[in-house]
Amino acid sequence: MMFTWAWVYPLFPLIAFVLLIALRDVMKKKLAVIVSLIGIGVSFGFAVYLTWMGIFQQSVIQTTKYQWFSIAGKPLYLDFMLEPLNIVMIFLVSLVSLLVQIYSMGYMKGDARITTFYAYLSLFTSSMLGLVISANLLQIYFFWELVGLCSFLLVGFWYFKPEAKEAAKKAFIITRIGDIGLLIAIFMIFQKVGSFDLRVIQHAVDSGVLTGGALTTVAILIFVGAVGKSGQFPLHTWLPDAMEGPTPVSALIHAATMVAAGVYLVGNLFFLFEGSEVALTTVAYIGGFTALFAATIAVTQNDIKRVLAYSTVSQLGFMMLGMGVGSVYASSFHLLMHGFFKALLFLAAGAVIVALHHEQDIRKMGGLWKQSKWLSIPFLIGCLSISGIPPFSGFFSKDEILYAIQLSGKKDLLAIGLLTTFFTAFYMFRLFYLVFAKKSRGDQKVHSISRSMKVSLAVLAVFSIVGGFFSFPTTSANAETITQITKLQGHAPLWLIGSAVGASLLGILLATFLYVWRQGSADGLAKRLSWLYQVSYRKYWIDELYQMMFVSSLKAVAWFLNGFDRFVVGGIVRFVGWGTMSIGRLGSMMQNGQIQTYVLVSLIAFLILFVSLAFGRLIG
Amino acid sequence: MLIASYLALAAILFVIGLIGVLTKRNAVIVLFSLELMLNAANINFVTFSKMGLVPNLNGQVFALFNVVVAAAEAAVGLAILFAIYRNRETIDAEKLNLLKG
Repeated sequence: MMFTWAWVYPLFPLIAFVLLIALRDVMKKKLAVIVSLIGIGVSFGFAVYLTWMGIFQQSVIQTTKYQWFSIAGKPLYLDFMLEPLNIVMIFLVSLVSLLVQIYSMGYMKGDARITTFYAYLSLFTSSMLGLVISANLLQIYFFWELVGLCSFLLVGFWYFKPEAKEAAKKAFIITRIGDIGLLIAIFMIFQKVGSFDLRVIQHAVDSGVLTGGALTTVAILIFVGAVGKSGQFPLHTWLPDAMEGPTPVSALIHAATMVAAGVYLVGNLFFLFEGSEVALTTVAYIGGFTALFAATIAVTQNDIKRVLAYSTVSQLGFMMLGMGVGSVYASSFHLLMHGFFKALLFLAAGAVIVALHHEQDIRKMGGLWKQSKWLSIPFLIGCLSISGIPPFSGFFSKDEILYAIQLSGKKDLLAIGLLTTFFTAFYMFRLFYLVFAKKSRGDQKVHSISRSMKVSLAVLAVFSIVGGFFSFPTTSANAETITQITKLQGHAPLWLIGSAVGASLLGILLATFLYVWRQGSADGLAKRLSWLYQVSYRKYWIDELYQMMFVSSLKAVAWFLNGFDRFVVGGIVRFVGWGTMSIGRLGSMMQNGQIQTYVLVSLIAFLILFVSLAFGRLIG
Repeated sequence: MLIASYLALAAILFVIGLIGVLTKRNAVIVLFSLELMLNAANINFVTFSKMGLVPNLNGQVFALFNVVVAAAEAAVGLAILFAIYRNRETIDAEKLNLLKG
């Protein structure tokens, strides 16, 4: 049946992309949008059917193989698979992409390059769908890079803004650092195992071909790739800067396509990590650190999108933490739920930005609650969901991760998880109160938002509310359904649920206290703790540190090399030129055009010849 | 008569012509000096035709040929000098250096 041919999922958006790019000058804008929507819509339709099959009916584990090309007699296959994790990702990616495209009809209305925008969106979706069905490392790398390229194009979509241009470059270059790790890992695996095929690699790991130090190295290098893509510390700096792109793009990058790729990769190649305690611990601690680190930065940021960006970094860290303690299920589940509520939050934030005429500074907002329920309710749902308040979706997935951490027995990581939960609730509600509560601090009139934006918000809000119930076991007797990707045994103990929710409520309470009951006291607190405030506000000076350590030192090297090129290499070149010219000048001095000189020279030459001949005869 | 005196005369004439060719600035004089050198050669031809190891008429015939060639050469040379003078208003050999590198 068609829906089991995995390659149909990326196919339709790809067709839409090709059509849009080829015909972007002749196609009417409306038609372009429709073509793009049809492309992703068809994929989404298949995805829904596939998910339905996955949940309620049967195992849909499928693989399809086509020969791609061969290297030295070794055939390489285009290899697709539909396993539970892949299906979840297909569903998430196609859903969020579809909603983002619908939303963009309103958000990007009137943009001159909307056809190009939709073309990029389609390519982005297509590459991400291609990535999540690939069963072959080389293919994964191929789509991985395509995803990176698309995010570069979309972050820099408003390339006439210098910040957007810089952000796009930063995103591309920083993720590239991670990609190199991934590439090296792929080479190492191929060297050791001799195949790119995930199943062959898994077999190699199981049978002990790839073990010990090599396995650890490979796993950590793959994690480096994921760190770059998923914005983990220390390669997180591109993600907040990527906010310069249009808001729908931010939603897409943060919820479904770009950053999800890193978490997905770790989940998909988890068998590599399982074999190495060191790699797992690295993943867990980097993830945990990132989760807390980014959450503390988000507390003081003033740009609505930047707060959300740091919250994404933090949540991704949380997912990595879940992976690191051995639960692919919990992390993938959180990835799915995060996809819903983060897309919702971003789209709602985008709607706020549109409503306030492209104002992004939350200090100038406020009072939106009374003015637009269409903005405030979805945003509130998103906030509640990310804070992990039952029964919203974030509650379930966060609980699963915390439970997984608790099962692993790492008390320090559990503390980090709970602390992150507290901070998450605090900064989300700080954002919420500053944007929606009290009276407006700006002087803008609220602009109404279009219907297409409302539709997307509504659908995502529904998913954010009920999404969590996907986690309950279904009646299906089949062990291989989506809902049972190595699902944890049992349920989290009550004290853990209680403390997680308690931490969230504490965060919300603190935010309410500081920003509603004692409005203005936050500034006083910031002054009193000015040192801490500065650390957080300046994002731990990571950007400055990188600027100093890498950018400046590279610039110094470049300066030196420039000098070397200009003076040493250029000097040699100029010297060679000068030498040739000197020889030429010497030659041309003899060619002085004086016929008498020539005669004299001929005469002397003749005399020498004559004398030498005569002497030669004398001696001979 | 000693052959040496004829040869000496030819040599002296040749050297005078050579010095003229090498040192004179006026291109006309250079041309004349060239004629001197040719005639020095003619004297040698005639001398050897009369007093050489195998005396015969070949040398004298050659000398006659040379006179004809020299006349033609002088005509061509003078024509060229005219043309140069018309263009550049000088026939100073030192200034005729258009072939300078």
